Amino acid sequence: MIDRETNSAQIYRVYIKATPQAIWDAITRPEWTERYGYGGRGEFELRPGGAYQGLTSEDMRRMGAPEVAVDGEVIEADPPWRLVQTWRMVMDEGMSAEGFTRLTYEIKEGKGGVSRLTVTHDLTGAPKLAVLLAGELEEQGAGGGWSWVLSGLKTVLETGERLDTVPLGPD
Amino acid sequence: MDDDNLVFKALADPTRRLLLDLLFARDGRSLTDLESGLQMTRFGAMKHLRVLEAAGLVISRRSGREKLHFLNPLPIRMVHDRWIDKYTERQVSALAELKQQLEDIA
Repeated sequence: MIDRETNSAQIYRVYIKATPQAIWDAITRPEWTERYGYGGRGEFELRPGGAYQGLTSEDMRRMGAPEVAVDGEVIEADPPWRLVQTWRMVMDEGMSAEGFTRLTYEIKEGKGGVSRLTVTHDLTGAPKLAVLLAGELEEQGAGGGWSWVLSGLKTVLETGERLDTVPLGPD
Repeated sequence: MDDDNLVFKALADPTRRLLLDLLFARDGRSLTDLESGLQMTRFGAMKHLRVLEAAGLVISRRSGREKLHFLNPLPIRMVHDRWIDKYTERQVSALAELKQQLEDIA
């Protein structure tokens, strides 16, 4: 195991066979966000200063999770190309105390109906959140972070099927 | 070339794996910074970084006068989902079948 400095941005990039609009919808519309990743509804007011709430899924609430997992504010919304927002994990006290982080989605149209999604999450000052989002708590049942979320997003857009939504617990 | 091929080819080289480990340990590094972790010329390091970028494993961003390199773990995740999960799943189902057979005998 390599020791890791977690005080920086994490960047994820994925190529998806879908239009920029389809990817934008999958990120910003609750009926899509509940079909991949942590499986909760994402609710956006898509204007600068608008509220963002990432809700927990029913399964998570059955296990005792609160209603809201993530909160934040929209900084910039330029559909279907660019979304900038603040993002704070409120489900966990330690992560919540790290405060708001800055998250940027960039979508680019490519050749052959393939679009490129780049997610930049500035996690300066949020080492606990960085560990979660890098997927290092996956074996503890906390989901695989951004890699897992975005690979689920790609799968649902390309095949219509969802990857496992509920994080698997330890074996 | 197929995307998986680019990823496997990029991962087949020990220096490139070392570069990924360096970025895993600390992300967002300049060429000069990465070079000091390698026993290699600047040109050699650049060549390896280009292969990693072509495979989508490294993303570079300009920050002022510097170009910073970031690790993109998603291609590895996808190779894992496609090539590794598949075979571990089979082990699990083989165990499940064995259980079924043993129970049928009993």
